[in-house]
Amino acid sequence: MADFKINIVADLESLKDKVSAARAAEKIRISLCMGNGCLAAGAGEVYDALKESLEKHGVATKSDLFDEGVKDNINYTHTGCQGMCQHGPLLQIDPENNSDKGITYMKVTVDDVDEIVEKTIMNGEVIERLLHKDANGVSYKNYKDIPFYQLQTFVTMKDCGRINPHDIREYIGIGGYLGLANALKSTPADVIKTMTDSGLKGRGGGGFPTGVKWNFCAKETAPKKYVVCNGDEGDPGAFMDDAIMDGSPQSILEGMRIAGFAIGADEGWIYVRAEYPHAVKSLGKAIEEAREYGLLGDNILGSGMKFDIHIKEGAGAFVCGEETALLASIEGKRGMPRPKPPFPAHSGLFGKPTIINNVETFANVPKIMLLGADVFKQNGVEGSYGTKTFSITGDIVNSGLIEVPMGTKMSDIVYKIGGGVLNNAKLKAVQVGGPSGGCVPADKADVSMDYDSVKAVGAIVGSGGLVVMSETACMVDVAKYFMTFTQSESCGKCTMCREGTKRMLEILTKICDGRGEDGDIETLEELAKAVSDGSLCALGKTAPNPVLSTLRYFRSEYEAHIYDKKCPAGKCTAFKKYHIIPDKCKGCSACARKCPVGAISGELKKPFVIDSEKCIKCGVCAATCKFGAIEF
Amino acid sequence: MSGTIIINNQPVAFDKEKSLLEVITNAGIDLHTLCYNKQLAPFGACRMCIVENEKGMLMTACTTAPADGMNIKTHTPRVNRIRKMALELVLGNHPSECQTCDKSGHCRLQDAANAYGVDKIRFKKPEKDPKVDNLGPSLIRDNNKCVLCGNCVRVCEEIQGVKAINFAGRGSNSKIACAFDVPLSESTCINCGQCLAVCPTGAITPLDQTWKVKEAIADENKLVVFQFAPSVRAALTEEYGIENAPKAMAKATTALKMMGVDYVFDTNWSADLTIWEEATEFLGRVAKGERLPLFTSCCPAWIKYCEEFYPEFLNNLSTCKSPQGMLSAYVKKYLADDLNLDLGDKKIFMVSVMPCTAKKYEASRKQLVTKDGEPETDVVLTSQEIIKLFREYGFNLADLAETPMDNPLSQHTGGGVIFGVSGGVAEAVVRYAFNDGAVVEACRGTQELKEIDLDYKGIPVKVAIVNGMDNAGKLLDAIKSGEKEYTIIEVMCCRGGCIGGGGQPVPNEMAQRELRKDTIYDADYLAALKNPADNPDVKAIYERHLGEPNSHAAHEILHTSYEPRDKVTGQWSKD
Repeated sequence: MADFKINIVADLESLKDKVSAARAAEKIRISLCMGNGCLAAGAGEVYDALKESLEKHGVATKSDLFDEGVKDNINYTHTGCQGMCQHGPLLQIDPENNSDKGITYMKVTVDDVDEIVEKTIMNGEVIERLLHKDANGVSYKNYKDIPFYQLQTFVTMKDCGRINPHDIREYIGIGGYLGLANALKSTPADVIKTMTDSGLKGRGGGGFPTGVKWNFCAKETAPKKYVVCNGDEGDPGAFMDDAIMDGSPQSILEGMRIAGFAIGADEGWIYVRAEYPHAVKSLGKAIEEAREYGLLGDNILGSGMKFDIHIKEGAGAFVCGEETALLASIEGKRGMPRPKPPFPAHSGLFGKPTIINNVETFANVPKIMLLGADVFKQNGVEGSYGTKTFSITGDIVNSGLIEVPMGTKMSDIVYKIGGGVLNNAKLKAVQVGGPSGGCVPADKADVSMDYDSVKAVGAIVGSGGLVVMSETACMVDVAKYFMTFTQSESCGKCTMCREGTKRMLEILTKICDGRGEDGDIETLEELAKAVSDGSLCALGKTAPNPVLSTLRYFRSEYEAHIYDKKCPAGKCTAFKKYHIIPDKCKGCSACARKCPVGAISGELKKPFVIDSEKCIKCGVCAATCKFGAIEF
Repeated sequence: MSGTIIINNQPVAFDKEKSLLEVITNAGIDLHTLCYNKQLAPFGACRMCIVENEKGMLMTACTTAPADGMNIKTHTPRVNRIRKMALELVLGNHPSECQTCDKSGHCRLQDAANAYGVDKIRFKKPEKDPKVDNLGPSLIRDNNKCVLCGNCVRVCEEIQGVKAINFAGRGSNSKIACAFDVPLSESTCINCGQCLAVCPTGAITPLDQTWKVKEAIADENKLVVFQFAPSVRAALTEEYGIENAPKAMAKATTALKMMGVDYVFDTNWSADLTIWEEATEFLGRVAKGERLPLFTSCCPAWIKYCEEFYPEFLNNLSTCKSPQGMLSAYVKKYLADDLNLDLGDKKIFMVSVMPCTAKKYEASRKQLVTKDGEPETDVVLTSQEIIKLFREYGFNLADLAETPMDNPLSQHTGGGVIFGVSGGVAEAVVRYAFNDGAVVEACRGTQELKEIDLDYKGIPVKVAIVNGMDNAGKLLDAIKSGEKEYTIIEVMCCRGGCIGGGGQPVPNEMAQRELRKDTIYDADYLAALKNPADNPDVKAIYERHLGEPNSHAAHEILHTSYEPRDKVTGQWSKD
């Protein structure tokens, strides 16, 4: 049980002071990122090895935030996502708890650990090798100087990667729950007014004004209402919500409680995919801690407000990110959307008025309540205020998780923050907003990342997935990829989505396989329009977007596949033909021996040939040839 | 709410309509919907009822509440494009078997495709899945023909409370399935066939057993005996436009005799017999004050439901067989004796014609066998199947001559014929035991629950009449919790009673059921006798064979027993 119960706001403030003092006294804080990207890169092993090495070297670390008996006063903790996933595991070493003096190590391995302890932690030396180097060879000691971070504005991600997410006191220490305290001091109407004034729009993809949504629900007179957090992030290449749930779970809980106060709800549900085990664990721990400290339960902060939160783990259906399907899933039914109206604000979970907001939306709420709508509005542009998190992936130098003011140019994200396209290749397009979004071509890369501008170029901000594609990407193949996703994730309820996505995928596959014929593009367009017009829910309505946007900007690529039987990007294997360049071939027979289907023949020491009828285009020959004699 | 909506430039007043689609339909416009059914919650899946408002907004009319001042068009180019594409997409997955499909002529998809002129399908049809669920006693479910409208799922859950089927799989792999993808016969399905009544296509049909009947008729060693349930006559008058039920039966008798059937009897007779047994059993229980409330036992779907989900009430069920069971058992045991027939090697082949798919299952119940272990009823044909058989023979029933049904098991009272409607069994009991054949208005109507208070020799008798299995389930819960208390409860599984059975012709909506109900009460009006107690041919068999109601001899052939079943698999728990 907690050693401390927060009964009134003064308790909160005194705990905040105590935590601040404890943190200020720390001689060194060592924070290892254990976000998903870093974990995949081996952060789990590094965590254990570092702990062991510290012990081996006699470096005493604190067993608890308030552990005062330890001589070195070194705090070794894990954190949520620190952002630069591509270069993980990331290790932050902050002397005197001052991140400005901090040292940021990247791509840390178990083998580096002893050296880090001996040189950096015990002697303050910087290990040059582990610092981040950009494409020009410039190395950066502190992450704050890296352009990737420098150009970002952290609001919802501010705590993520900087505090131990499994310790509620660290969240309180940086001002956590003061937003809730502010809200409880005012009235529900005031809270809704602040939210409306802030102009915050739903960060899950819909972009509906949060204050307006809350107001609808607040007006309902039902005695029972619910607050639901949508953590069913499912877009391929999107991991913003996961990072916040894992790395800053208390901010979501705080946001939900503020929402509960505003609309008059006493119960909240967080719907999170079971495929996010770390987020589930982190949220579970956070709820447990909040209950122990009295920040969930009866009479929160002495205000008389009652609120509790449950977690519902989803089985991974993408469609459960659609709010009505999500509610059905919480109710134990099959996750199928239902037509709206009625909107959840009038009839939602178990038929009761419900507000349902995305993770990032809730994470913004405490900051708005703490600092005010005006501060929130300092970021962003007219109609799209605040910051937005994006996950940048694909052919990009610095893939990872970022947060920028809305209205930031897409090109700045790609080139300045993302470090440009991999291998100095030319940018071809950026897929924005996942399978519901669209492909923005390179010549529109200056688009301002706000709701209206992105929509105007045929995509949606969506939840914030950015997939960067270089010239090597085939746009028909990209459309096919996203269609494969939506068709297998369609719930199967309405005809247009269930059958329409299947047939669009069929045609796209046909085109990529070299079997495209005259009329396919027209059928595809006809289908895309009908599915977008005629589908029941947003999943179906937006499913044709990747097709429509690639047709809009890259129609010639479709035509090349169909009429010229060529894939201009050289991506679609159906059009590939492997052949041996006689001048380069030494006749060593290595390729012929490796070919799994016996398609290569010839006389030793003379050029070999490939029988393209037999060739299955596996590419083994090209990989085997030491002379670069095989190409397609 | 009431008001006026502009539909296709014309003002249309609306009053109590729940959805925009109802307003459109009432205005005389059929949008050829596939997933809409008035008695079910709107689903919005087929997209056929999409309409456009004056702002260019699209909405599914089935899920939109009507509001005064709405201005919509039902057939704009944009809307037509969506509908035609929706149909092309559905047809792209649908076998082209219209000529031989059971549903041909009544298929909503066929109708819509024809109406919209979907003459080219650009999409390749998938390989047909050879796995058709035809293992059960009552229904055939062919997912190849399924358009995933979800009507069956909703009727099974919302109206029947059974939830035997649901959606499984995602995307284009979605299908309707039982839990664990077992056949219906290994699920809790109660065989009521309400799923097929709402299926827009031929994906669910009654198990066709007409071939068995044709074989039996051709077999010289079989004496083929038919019986006709009360509700079937309402289906025949409706199908052939015959003016009343007795005429329809007389013409059907001619048809069957032309086909070579030996005897045609009337289940109405055994309905009267059922009242003798059941009313006696009831009054006996009232006198002793035990095993009350008594539940009627004519409905086999209800019996299976009770065995599965409410085994604690099995003792309260009347032990009477259903009228079908009583007539079959009586025929197999006594007919030869009654008619002085020398059967020799011949065996009686008992065919019953029922409005009901669950009756097919009832015939297969292990308790309903003769001493030799053979089923008392050999084949059950649904109304749909008898009409199909008549079509094969080329009978236009309306034009056939009239032949009286055979004696001695056809004469009946009005109390017997009203068994076909919800409240009919209860009214017949009241006529027999309380009021000597008078009409009981309180029993009539298709309301989901009716309650009547009576007095039996100073003992208050509280009657409940419920139809729709989910309504029955709720009533049972209320009895269990002590919230409700009754003396006798008539339960019919289908909304409106047997006239709306799963074997009846389609469309089989409440509108048709209302008309069939009227046909049945007309037949009661036309009947010379009203009180089952006055049926001379029932009286006669007690004199000749059974002694008195509930006697040992009567129990031997007219009563049965029940056993609990597994709640998941629907199988007998003891087996």
